[in-house]
Amino acid sequence: MAWKVKEEPAPGGAAPDVTPQGEHAPTGAQNIFELQAVSVRYSGNLAVKEVGFGVPTNRITALIGASGCGKSTLLRCLNRMNDLIPGARVEGTITYKGQDLYSPRVDPVQVRKRIGMVFQKPNPFPKSIFDNVAFGPRVLGMKEDINLLVENALRRASLWDEVKDRLKDSALGMSGGQQQRLCIARAIATEPDVILMDEPCSALDPISTARIEDLMNELKDRYTIVIVTHNMQQAARVSDKTAYFSVEVGDNDRRYGRLIEYDDTERIFTNPSDQRTEDYVTGKVG
Amino acid sequence: MKQLTAMLSAPKTAAPPAVFARQRPRYAEKLIEASLLAAALLTILTTLGIVYALFRETISFLGEVPLTDFLFGTEWHPLFNPPAYGVLPLVTGTLAVTGIALIVAVPLGVGSAIYLSEYASKRTRKTIKPILETLAGVPTVVFGFFALTLVTPFLRDIGINVDVFNGLSGGLVVGILVVPTIASIAEDALSAVPSGLREASYGLGATKYQTSTKVIVPAALSGIVAGVVLGASRAVGETMVVLLAAGQRPNLTFDMREPVETMTAFIAATGKGDIPTGSIDYKTIFAVGALLFVMTFVLNMLSNFIVGRFREEYE
Repeated sequence: MAWKVKEEPAPGGAAPDVTPQGEHAPTGAQNIFELQAVSVRYSGNLAVKEVGFGVPTNRITALIGASGCGKSTLLRCLNRMNDLIPGARVEGTITYKGQDLYSPRVDPVQVRKRIGMVFQKPNPFPKSIFDNVAFGPRVLGMKEDINLLVENALRRASLWDEVKDRLKDSALGMSGGQQQRLCIARAIATEPDVILMDEPCSALDPISTARIEDLMNELKDRYTIVIVTHNMQQAARVSDKTAYFSVEVGDNDRRYGRLIEYDDTERIFTNPSDQRTEDYVTGKVG
Repeated sequence: MKQLTAMLSAPKTAAPPAVFARQRPRYAEKLIEASLLAAALLTILTTLGIVYALFRETISFLGEVPLTDFLFGTEWHPLFNPPAYGVLPLVTGTLAVTGIALIVAVPLGVGSAIYLSEYASKRTRKTIKPILETLAGVPTVVFGFFALTLVTPFLRDIGINVDVFNGLSGGLVVGILVVPTIASIAEDALSAVPSGLREASYGLGATKYQTSTKVIVPAALSGIVAGVVLGASRAVGETMVVLLAAGQRPNLTFDMREPVETMTAFIAATGKGDIPTGSIDYKTIFAVGALLFVMTFVLNMLSNFIVGRFREEYE
């Protein structure tokens, strides 16, 4: 599992990569992602304008803001999922462990092996529970014992006890909350460094949501998590850092998102420095 | 105001005014409903009528020729003297031509469906799909002459020693004819797979090829199989190409360099001749037609079974 651009020197000396491959940086030591003046356009229409911040390693970073503020768009830039949308263009620089994610030498498939994703709507494959979790390791040609990989992933997603007796059953017979935990298990089975979560609880009931939040707290020892959420309480409960985006109206009434404030979550929710952030987190707008 | 006063002063036991009462009967709606039902019934009745006509003559035929002689006899020359009514040469001719057609059509059809659905840009898809579907609109008689005048000489040029009329060129061209059917249905099935499954697969670091073969095709398999079976049905029922290119010699062989006669070709060739109504020769047409009907019917049942058995539901 070669990280193709490993040898590439860090552009502009931003966040040099001192972490040996396969190991995680010391807690809180540095940022795994650095974003500088990132803008995203869909077929020429601005969706996100000039965003810059850093995502710390082994922390949970939340992206919050009203609908249309570009937080999901930005999240999808971090593992190059936007490449799949015709007409999507990313400007500015995004580095991952010091390497430019959008360098022409970077293979997006290699990026997605290291930066997993969990989506808004649980999207298990129409296969058995086992085959869902085994999909990633098989596709990547991982050499380890597949049964062990699946069991470990399901255990880490605290799903093992519920499904160990029906691994051959279709994943579509599970409840929505179980399906989403299965999707998390599927994402961690490939042992990525980062898990991107795009509103992972928006289709779930409060009990399932609480389980996923507990899970995120357990997972952050091993993974960096970036989560997009509409639920401010969720951001306050689980995240260490929070970025607040707002919707701006540009020319021709076109809407795009901008980063207003980025700080420790506690500070964003108790003592934000921008009035717009305060209005949003206290529920005055949005 | 007057009404209000009346309502207020009305005794409390009176029935409430019927505010939602129907204003007037809706005749037009009834008429539309009835004519739609009539259209549906007419289709069913016509089909039943055809089946009745088919089997009435067939039963009459079987009164003169034993069923086992018909189904398992290896000689078919009903117009000779003495006649032989063994349908096997026609059945093998039909199956061999269909087999060749599917060997051509399944890879081409499913391959182009995967290309169109997973690889092609929106613009390419918008250009190619209509062209492909136009292929389905070309009259089959044109395909027949194409087989006879281009494909057969070409086969000879590349060193395959075929007769002027042969099963191979007929089968190949029937295959081309069936490609749009399979491609179109398979493409619909592939496109209907939710994009969430594609994203999930790409998100795990799968390549486009892995996503197509391991996620999208399995999820759309029931639709793809349905397309293939429908294509097979078309190939079994195809007449003009085999009539023109494959010859009309009932021939119990799987050597497709030789002329063969299919069931459809027999029906067409004999039906256009001057056979007296009610004669045994006349009835052979219906008997072969009934067998063809049963074969396509079984094929469709098989497709339903496969679809139900191997379906990977995604909702």
